[in-house]
Amino acid sequence: MKWIFELYRSPIAKKAVMALTGVILFGFVLSHMAGNLKVFQGPEKINAYAEGLRELGKPILGHGELLWILRVGLLAAVGLHMLSAWQLTKLNRKARPISYAKRTPQAATYASRTMRYGGVIILFFIVYHLLHLTVGNVHVDFKHGDVYHNLVTAFQNPLIAGFYILAVTSLGFHLYHGLWSLFQSLGWSGPRFNAFRRQFAIAFAAIVTVGFVSVPLAILSGFIGH
Amino acid sequence: MKLTLNVWRQAGPDAEGRMQRYEAPDVSPEMSFLEMLDVVNQRLEENGEEPIVFDHDCREGICGACSLMIDGVAHGPQAATTACQLHMRHFKDGDEITIEPWRAAAFPVLKDLMVDRSAFDRIIQSGGYISINTGSAPDANEVLVPKVDADQAFEAAACIGCGACVAQCPNGAAQLFTSAKVSHLGLVPQGQPERDQRVVSMVAQMEAEAFGSCTNHRECEAVCPKEISIDFIARMNRDYLKARIMSRAK
Repeated sequence: MKWIFELYRSPIAKKAVMALTGVILFGFVLSHMAGNLKVFQGPEKINAYAEGLRELGKPILGHGELLWILRVGLLAAVGLHMLSAWQLTKLNRKARPISYAKRTPQAATYASRTMRYGGVIILFFIVYHLLHLTVGNVHVDFKHGDVYHNLVTAFQNPLIAGFYILAVTSLGFHLYHGLWSLFQSLGWSGPRFNAFRRQFAIAFAAIVTVGFVSVPLAILSGFIGH
Repeated sequence: MKLTLNVWRQAGPDAEGRMQRYEAPDVSPEMSFLEMLDVVNQRLEENGEEPIVFDHDCREGICGACSLMIDGVAHGPQAATTACQLHMRHFKDGDEITIEPWRAAAFPVLKDLMVDRSAFDRIIQSGGYISINTGSAPDANEVLVPKVDADQAFEAAACIGCGACVAQCPNGAAQLFTSAKVSHLGLVPQGQPERDQRVVSMVAQMEAEAFGSCTNHRECEAVCPKEISIDFIARMNRDYLKARIMSRAK
C-alpha cells in the first residue's frame, strides 16, 4: 500500500484523485437530482422514494445499511476531493510568488477560474442543506419522513429558494469545468473523443442544474404545493 | 508611431524591481518588437542609462530565447508568434504597452526582463533523450514509424522551450512543455525502451522544480508560439499514471 501514498505525492496523482472523486460526486448529484424530480409526481411518490432509499440493498442488507455505506463513501470522496484541491492550491500559489502587473486571460473560462470559490460555496451549502432538509434542525416546520411537506414549506420562502438556486447554479459552473477537466486529468483524450468531452460536460452541467433548480422554482411559483 | 512602454526594471536577481515608463516616439510599424526595444535601448545608452536587458537569439521564432510578457500575454497579442516575430503593425499609435518578465518561482529574474530557465534544461536532462548504441548506421527505413505517429511526434517536437506556457499559466505549471518533450520521444519506436522511466523521471524533475500544477485552463495552449496542444498533457498524465501503477519504473 506504501506505493499509493508515494504516488499521491505527485500533483498529477492528486489531480487523478480529484477526477475520480469528482466522478463519484457527479454520480451522486445526478441521481439526487433525478430523485428530486419525484416531487412533481406528488407527495406519495416522493415520500415513498425517500423511504425507499433506506431499503436499498434489500434483502442482502438491512434497513438503512446500504444508505449509510453510501453516505460514508460520499463523505470520503468529498474529503479527498477537498484535500487534494487544498494541497494543489497551496502548491500553485507558491509557483507564482510575484504576480503580473497586467495579465490578460486567453482561454480560461469563468467556470475554470472560479472552481475554488465554487467548491467553497458548495461546501457551505452542503452543510446548510443537510441541517435544513436531512436533519431538519434549521427548518421552521420539519416533519420527519414527509419530504414533500418539508420541501414545500421551505421553498415557499423566496430567500431560501433563492439561496438554493444560487448554490446549484454555482454547482453547475463547477460541473461545467470539472466534467471536462476530469478527462484531461485522467488522460482520456483522443482526436475523436475530445469533442465529446466538451459536449458531455455542457450537457450534464445543464441537466443537473436545470433539474435541481426546477424544484424550488416550481414551489416558489406555486406550480407545486397548492 | 508613438508608444509608451511600462517596463519591469530589476538590477539583479536579489534586487528590488519596479515598473518604469519609457517613451518610444519613433517606432516604425515594420519593426519587430525586439527591434523596437533595440531602438529604445540605443537611446538609453546614448543618454548614459542602463539599457533594458532581455533574452533574444535567432530572432526567427525558432530558438525559444525571447520571453516577454506583453500586455499580460506571453509573446504578445499575435497568436502562434514569438515576441521576435511580432511586428509593431499589430499595435496602434499612442498605445501604452506593459512589458514584464516571465513570472514563476521556477524562473527567477536575472535582470530586467531576463529570467533563468535552466529548470527546463534539468527536466530534459532527467529523461528527454533516447539511449542508443553507437556503431554502424542502421539501414534506412529499417525501423518503421507509422505516419500518424511521426506527424504527432513532430507536432510535439516543435516545442522550442521558451517557457510561455509556464508564464501564461495561472499556476505557473510546466505541464505543456514537459508533456511535449515526453511525447515526442514516447510516440516513436526509438523512444519505447525508456518510455515508462522517461515519463516518471521527467515528471519527478518537473515536480522537484518550483512549478505549479495543471488545472486545465488551456492558457498555455493559447499562447504557445508553436501551437502545442494540451492533448499532450492528457497523454503525459495517461503515460505517467500507467507507468507509476502498472510498470516497474521508479
